Amino acid sequence: MSASPISAPVIEVEYSLRQTRSRAGEKVIRGVLLAAAAVSVLTTIGIVVSVLIPTISFLAEVPVTDFLFGTVWTPLFANGQFGVLPLISGTLVITAIAVVVALPLGLGAAVYLSEYASDRSRRVLKPTLELLAGIPTVVFGFFALEFVTQVLLIRIFPGIDIFNALSAGLVMGVMIIPTIASLSEDAMAAVPSGLRDGSYALGSTKRQTAVKVVIPAALSGIVAAFVLGISRAIGETMIVTIAAGLEPRLTLNPLEGMQTMTSYIAAAGSGDLSTGSIEYKSIFAVGFLLFLLTFIMNMVSIRLVRRYRQVYQ
Amino acid sequence: MADEPIELQLTHDLTSGRAQQVSDEVNNVVFTLQDLRVSYGDYQAVRQVSLTIAKSEITAFIGPSGCGKSTLLRSFNRMNDLIPGAKVEGLLAYHGIDIYGPDVDPIEVRRKIGMVFQKPNVFPKSIYDNVAYGPRVNHIKANMDDLVEECLTKAALWDEVKDDLKKSAYALSGGQQQRLVIARCIAVRPEVILMDEPCASLDPIATAKIEDLMRQLALEYTILIVTHNMQQAARVSDRTAFFTAELDDNGVRHGRLVEYGPTRQIFSAPQDKRTEDYISGRFG
Repeated sequence: MSASPISAPVIEVEYSLRQTRSRAGEKVIRGVLLAAAAVSVLTTIGIVVSVLIPTISFLAEVPVTDFLFGTVWTPLFANGQFGVLPLISGTLVITAIAVVVALPLGLGAAVYLSEYASDRSRRVLKPTLELLAGIPTVVFGFFALEFVTQVLLIRIFPGIDIFNALSAGLVMGVMIIPTIASLSEDAMAAVPSGLRDGSYALGSTKRQTAVKVVIPAALSGIVAAFVLGISRAIGETMIVTIAAGLEPRLTLNPLEGMQTMTSYIAAAGSGDLSTGSIEYKSIFAVGFLLFLLTFIMNMVSIRLVRRYRQVYQ
Repeated sequence: MADEPIELQLTHDLTSGRAQQVSDEVNNVVFTLQDLRVSYGDYQAVRQVSLTIAKSEITAFIGPSGCGKSTLLRSFNRMNDLIPGAKVEGLLAYHGIDIYGPDVDPIEVRRKIGMVFQKPNVFPKSIYDNVAYGPRVNHIKANMDDLVEECLTKAALWDEVKDDLKKSAYALSGGQQQRLVIARCIAVRPEVILMDEPCASLDPIATAKIEDLMRQLALEYTILIVTHNMQQAARVSDRTAFFTAELDDNGVRHGRLVEYGPTRQIFSAPQDKRTEDYISGRFG
């Protein structure tokens, strides 16, 4: 294209790059958003501080080694002993049972929803599954005690305690299935469809595509879902308080009753302990230990997620 | 993309390229299509395609966007099965067997007819495991190390990656990834390779490498390629099918085959006015 130069009248323009309008709204919004972010951070700090202070004064009276490695937990007795191992073992046994139930079922449900189900059945099934997450845990607790123990388990294991770790663990596993299934399904749905196409184009079956391509590609999200589910199980209180009993027992036998860290806190905290007593402070010490445990879990999960992300993206 | 160099490229490649040796008639038929129609629900994407595809040749499908050429390509290995509502009617025969016949296993079809996609879809695995994936899922008994080396060599990638076989395939460049996908494809020993705009996301140098590779592979495999790039069709293909999008009497857009023949004829002496307009850059 050939353009002939056009002579235009010269207009004097004053150039300015200064701000012409005040943007007060920007600052207000920024402040509001910062406050929103700060609330949860400050709350966390507040909790840590308010738990840490009684914990320190608890540990001034009970030596750390007695607390961490003692095998008898009888804080409410006269001359009570403060060995936290029975509570830790109770927590871990019940969580382990829940994980054994929830991981395969949750992952299986996620694979079905993401790879096998038609659009229509997914639209029905996923919200239904997520509904399970909305059931109050107290309902799950009574379901564990009244139905799982007294209708099912007692027929299989006639000698089982009415309050036992198995029923609490099984029901807790069912409770966290939606968390694991839903988040894993999100991770798998986010895998580019090109990867599936590539796998099918090489003559793979649905199963091979799901197991060898989709799950590895979604692994960081799946691991995050697992960890979140396990964290929920460790912190779960109501089901274990109702169904597993309140007797701290150092045992690995799931047919016996056990007390977890959370159910001790709930039971002792709702009792009539006088503030400042050693029993009262023990609640905070157990709480702090629980906080540490879930904190470490979260750190590990963040590490895992980062590592897989580096490899796969 | 500049339109001007097309004419130059064409004359150059048509005198020196593969296209010179192709006979007018298709002998040694691999695929026969008769009145093939592909539809998604009520929408007919491709109508009335009839043509035959020759063994050990490169056949290019060209045409403007929305003419159904990619849809048609995905019918050859039943990838359209994976799209809900997709339906293929008419005849698409592979060595005389109807690919959509009642006792045909789509997984077996895809083993014989491999596919390379527009975006290099390497798996989140090592380079080695990407190539070994197909043989493993198909239980092909072979020395895997040898097979991986052979396929990477055929895909002109071995020298660049032989020391990094355990590294993630994501560490490769786009062009290397696309050659890795080609190596992965030939590792299941297909007879046909479908390529759906294999260079669309690559730079010109990587594109030139893939085109060289395609000419090498055509000695052994039958290749069907969908491309937007007419120069590419002219450079690499033996035969070209030109498709266009048309409106029917009800105003519904659909794809249709306009002209099919040896590439040199399509580009130098097109029979149809629409083909001539398209290759001379007047529309599309």
